[in-house]
Amino acid sequence: MKIFGYKPTLSAWVGIFIVTFFLVLAIFAPWIAPYGEAETVGRTFGRSSAEFWLGNDNIGRDILSRIIYGARTTIGVALVTTILSFTIGTIAGLMAVVGGPVIDQILSRFVDIMLSIPLLVFALIVLSMFGSSIPTLIMTIAILDSTRVFRLARAVSMNIAVLEYVEVAKLRGEGLWWVMRKEILPNALPPMISEFGLRFCFNFLFVAGLSFLGLGIQPPLADWGGMVRDSGKAISFGLPAPLWPAMAIALMTIGVNLIVDWILSINARPSGASAEM
Amino acid sequence: MTEHVLKINNLRVESVSGLVLVDNVSLELKKGEVLGLIGESGAGKSTIGLSAMSYARAGCRITGGEVLINGTDIRKQDAEGRRDMRGKRIAYIAQSAAASFNPSHTIMDQVCEMPIQHGLMSKDEARKWAIELFTSLGLPNPQTFGDRYPHQVSGGQLQRAMAAMAISCRPDILVFDEPTTALDVTTQIEVLALFKKVVKEYNTAALYITHDLAVVAQISDRIMVLRHGKMVELGTTEQILQQPKEAYTAALVSERKAADHIAEDVKVEHNEPLLEVKDVRASYGSFEVIKGVSIAVAKGETVAVVGESGSGKSSMARMITGLLARTSGTVTFKGKELAPNYKHRSREDLQRIQLIYQLPDVALNPRQTIGEIIGRPAQFYFGMSPAKTKERVAELLTQVGLPVDYAGRLSTALSGGQKQRIAIARALAANPELIICDEPTSALDQLVADEILKLLKKLQDELGLSYLFITHDLGIVRRIAHRTAVMLRGEIIAQGPTAQIFNPPFHPYTENLLASVPEMRTDWLTDVLAKRQQKTA
Repeated sequence: MKIFGYKPTLSAWVGIFIVTFFLVLAIFAPWIAPYGEAETVGRTFGRSSAEFWLGNDNIGRDILSRIIYGARTTIGVALVTTILSFTIGTIAGLMAVVGGPVIDQILSRFVDIMLSIPLLVFALIVLSMFGSSIPTLIMTIAILDSTRVFRLARAVSMNIAVLEYVEVAKLRGEGLWWVMRKEILPNALPPMISEFGLRFCFNFLFVAGLSFLGLGIQPPLADWGGMVRDSGKAISFGLPAPLWPAMAIALMTIGVNLIVDWILSINARPSGASAEM
Repeated sequence: MTEHVLKINNLRVESVSGLVLVDNVSLELKKGEVLGLIGESGAGKSTIGLSAMSYARAGCRITGGEVLINGTDIRKQDAEGRRDMRGKRIAYIAQSAAASFNPSHTIMDQVCEMPIQHGLMSKDEARKWAIELFTSLGLPNPQTFGDRYPHQVSGGQLQRAMAAMAISCRPDILVFDEPTTALDVTTQIEVLALFKKVVKEYNTAALYITHDLAVVAQISDRIMVLRHGKMVELGTTEQILQQPKEAYTAALVSERKAADHIAEDVKVEHNEPLLEVKDVRASYGSFEVIKGVSIAVAKGETVAVVGESGSGKSSMARMITGLLARTSGTVTFKGKELAPNYKHRSREDLQRIQLIYQLPDVALNPRQTIGEIIGRPAQFYFGMSPAKTKERVAELLTQVGLPVDYAGRLSTALSGGQKQRIAIARALAANPELIICDEPTSALDQLVADEILKLLKKLQDELGLSYLFITHDLGIVRRIAHRTAVMLRGEIIAQGPTAQIFNPPFHPYTENLLASVPEMRTDWLTDVLAKRQQKTA
């Protein structure tokens, strides 16, 4: 079988399988999950049984159901964040390239300042100031993350903007928007696609991390990072409750990375900037 | 020891995808003999050159045949044995010296590296030997030349330094892979003469790979003509040049000869000037590239600007189009002054002057279809509807001699010559009055380049276009230009009807330039060098 005209490697197939599996869980969560998202159905830290496959959490909710619902929130928030950060970052990156040295300087120096502040600290401050709702969470991470996308988009487009077909378009009298959208963007996309996967992983881990600290997705919504925090104490009683969501986080990250590795290998172009963090 | 230092039998090279790059080629080299390998790009010349060292580029494999160096098959050696033979017995000189030197080591270190690595000389011996080589290759200040870094010397000097590197182990065989192609004609002549001298002095056998028959004629004893990985013809240099047996060889020879004659039917009529450049200066930062240049192009006329690299001829094209803003002087088009920067020019001004680039690969957007590339100017300038644009694209494709169904394809699927035709069609789509051609044929093979020149000429006759033709190739100038301007270090040193420029009395630089263009006779190089010596004596 071929995907986009390329044959996936074995590890890519594993990645595709894992990611598809979680996506199906996320999309069809209400139909798949045996119990409700916030329903208390068993005893605190109940052991796994035929009724509750993965046992119960700190207030007796079914862990399996929460992992299935959690796929929805965690992956959903990470995906929306990544799409948003790519849109902002790419547009800004292209603007910096075609808009002339002044715009480039302003944007680049602003990004430098943003990058000099530790990401987690910045996010924690913003979220504790504005309170943690899903829109704030998405906006905060997206804006912080877009600085990294900006760097890549700018570096890649910089190499394309000096090519002669771009010069031809400028000499024809085309506007900035056309040059950005029609001449540069289609040629900048291939190296950016694999970066999308990597940024998604990072955002996904970041959301989970913030939730673990209690500043991410708020209860009663299930999310994997928050679930590790909720059931964290169980580990000292020798119970596996926090390990299940942790495993889901790890699996998803590995799955996406396997796919990204494959895309990078078929699309081995120097992308100008590396995927930092 | 066998008589032949290099013997290649039934060589076959394939790409990983199964494409046959070199098919059943055999050749042999005696000590001190030079064999020229000639052919267009994709003929397999370089692949054969590298195979002689049992080396295949990434994605290629040598799948058959033997390569005997002094009777030993290098292909049967293990990695260690091959490493020992490479450099020591057979050495390679690449086209781009700049890309072959490590920029962070001195030239001396890199030239000495090989004999030291192969355990042939001690450090001091290697150094002495390198200085001797620098001297015989005519490099300036041979004692200290090696202390410089690659970027501190000129292209011609670096090419000679690479030859020194290749000879440093006194190999039996040298492989020259287009060593003078990237050089200017006046530099090429010196380098060529030195290569010839060195090969003779050290009695080395050589494979000389090039696409230029006239160059190979100067240095080689025999010539092998290649096409699509197969041998077309093998003969002595005289025989190939005088009596080619195969039709393909004959086409190559006559094509090259055509470049030696001035086209007689060039008409010189002077209409109102279309483009007028007066006393223009322009600079990159503080470096002035154009120093007070004046030139005019009339309607239906071709004006050639010739010069070597760095003469400012391409900067002139950029200045006229407004990519490089002029600092003083005027540029008028049909009596109306053009703004220095293209951003301040009207759409009409932009539409009237179009540009064709040297490298069609980067001049066409690889993610757009040919229909989009050619159709856009028509839409942009004349607001054509999609249906009308489609008609116009078909018309333009026919005009440049391409099938109409190409409109749906991506340009990446086309050959170099076809891409250049697309670039011409895109320029035509704007209905321009003047087309600036910046070396439009120098990246193409001879026969393809010839087709493009014919197409440009045909379009000029049909549409009454004017061309400002920028080139370093004097052969092209003679054939198509009505008037010629010779540029040197940002100034026009001679200007006038082509016939006048190419006939005495010459400007000294023009004469030097003209004399440096290799001619299709084997004794040309010796002649020119003799003449030069007389002058200096």
